[in-house]
Amino acid sequence: MNYEVVIGLEVHAQLKTNTKAFCGCSTQFGQEANTQACPVCLGFPGSLPVLNEKALEYGIRVGLALHCQIQKLTKFDRKNYFYPDLPKNYQISQYDLPLALGGFLEIELKELRKRIGIHRAHLEEDAGKLIHEGDHSLVDYNRAGIPLLEIVTEPDISSPDEAYEYLVSLKAILKYLEVCDCDMEKGSLRCDANISLRPQGAKELGTKTELKNLNSFKAVRDALSYEIKRQKELLESGKRIVQETLLWDESGEKTYSMRTKEEAMDYRYFPEPDLPAFVIRDEKIQAIKDVLPELPEALKKRFIAQYGLSDYDAGIIVAEKALAKFFEATLRLYPKAKLISNWLIGPLSYELNSRNMSIESLSFSVESFVSLLTLVDEARISNLAAKEVLTQMCNTGASPEVIVKEKNLLQVSDAGELEGIADKVIAGNEKSTADYKSGKANALMFLVGQVMKLSEGKANPKVAQEVLKKKLEKWGKDA
Amino acid sequence: MAISESDVKKVAHLARIGLSDDELKLFSSQLESIIAFVDKLREVEVSSVKPMSHVLEMDNVVRLDEKKKSLNREEVLKNAPESLKGHFLVPKVIE
Ligand SMILES: [Zn+2]
Repeated sequence: MNYEVVIGLEVHAQLKTNTKAFCGCSTQFGQEANTQACPVCLGFPGSLPVLNEKALEYGIRVGLALHCQIQKLTKFDRKNYFYPDLPKNYQISQYDLPLALGGFLEIELKELRKRIGIHRAHLEEDAGKLIHEGDHSLVDYNRAGIPLLEIVTEPDISSPDEAYEYLVSLKAILKYLEVCDCDMEKGSLRCDANISLRPQGAKELGTKTELKNLNSFKAVRDALSYEIKRQKELLESGKRIVQETLLWDESGEKTYSMRTKEEAMDYRYFPEPDLPAFVIRDEKIQAIKDVLPELPEALKKRFIAQYGLSDYDAGIIVAEKALAKFFEATLRLYPKAKLISNWLIGPLSYELNSRNMSIESLSFSVESFVSLLTLVDEARISNLAAKEVLTQMCNTGASPEVIVKEKNLLQVSDAGELEGIADKVIAGNEKSTADYKSGKANALMFLVGQVMKLSEGKANPKVAQEVLKKKLEKWGKDA
Repeated sequence: MAISESDVKKVAHLARIGLSDDELKLFSSQLESIIAFVDKLREVEVSSVKPMSHVLEMDNVVRLDEKKKSLNREEVLKNAPESLKGHFLVPKVIE
């Protein structure tokens, strides 16, 4: 039987505020345990939470970017449960009046566009961090109270690849909005997935399982693929799916049951009496809308229309905000869009990836990059040499002119200088020379290659070709 | 509204309160009478009253995103039943 896959994703994005959601404790990552906690985030009796206005603003920004309705009236609720990472024994979250409802995010997969519905987005506070050691657990409350935005999709996702694409697009939007670092390793972006199968065409949803411990986008995709296979096998052998939470074991590439009692999940939400409600007025929404940055989708369309980039190239460049910024900054100084995009997608991306570096941490300026492009464009250095110069620029931050001089990489474009080499090559490669004369055009490229070799890569290949051609015309006539 | 002993048992479990059989009986009847008392509110005609989430006539109370001093670690850990390496030490919670 054919099955239809139904997936919903829940993303928790840590909002990039300086202080926690309801107190003035710092949110800085990597500080010593329990040095960023106060009576409010530790839940001491008598302390009062007050909402960080930036957290609210960032939440609205995301809601607007995801085409949600920002709710005119929104409030916080207590979600009650006992767990040592939760100092108050409740989490301040939002239950029935979330910040944003009903939006969508458009993804593109194999040139097909699809809208993934956004069910809701709400603000809540993060829990502390647990470290399990021997027969006890250690708790660090530095993270407790950091603002999170939980973004929940509709069950609109129909494959692991779509889920992956959704996450890539969502991450790009969050980065463009400058509201989240989106660093899964540091936990600033987390994802849980719900998945169920149903016979093709069936109306009712099948029993779903929830997948947790997904530490990368790849893990999300792999865990979903595994779970589809597992559920399919169960259904095909006439067994039923148990509704449960499963953890993804990345090294074993399988899911395993958490074995918690689901009946215990009764959170008894009630309105947070310490936080009065929030009335979000149209003027506030408009003011935030007015300063929303250009988002990846719009930017991509503009790059295609304005600079004539291909859909593919534009897609790669806008996927990372810093790359798109670098592209436009370069373009302002050097108006050759296609050339710049080729260099960014090709050699520069290669250098960055091999160093596991982001473009923001480049050790040279846009101006230096433009100098490099100019050197290539004016044929003063070869493409090959330019790549070497770029490697050096990434290593040392030195200017391309200095590197070219130090490494003696200037291209020889003077025909006279290349004639001697061309003579040697013709004399030393009789067979190829004869081949060329008998009409084998490929032989010429071989000879050009030899000139390049003898000149230690410095010959301008175009000029070398011209010189060779001329000499070969004469060759044989003189003999 | 009838409150069964199993309702009380469940609520007690969620609140991590251990109750003896006698207490279960006692609290079941007490809770039932409390709820019956509150149930009186159902008699009030509220179809024209807006739902209320807070008793105070205020909204939009926010603070600036400005750092304040946190407690020092010794103070934080004063409330820990036990501590180790600057952390709260608790019984292992993972299954
Ligand atoms: Zn605090």
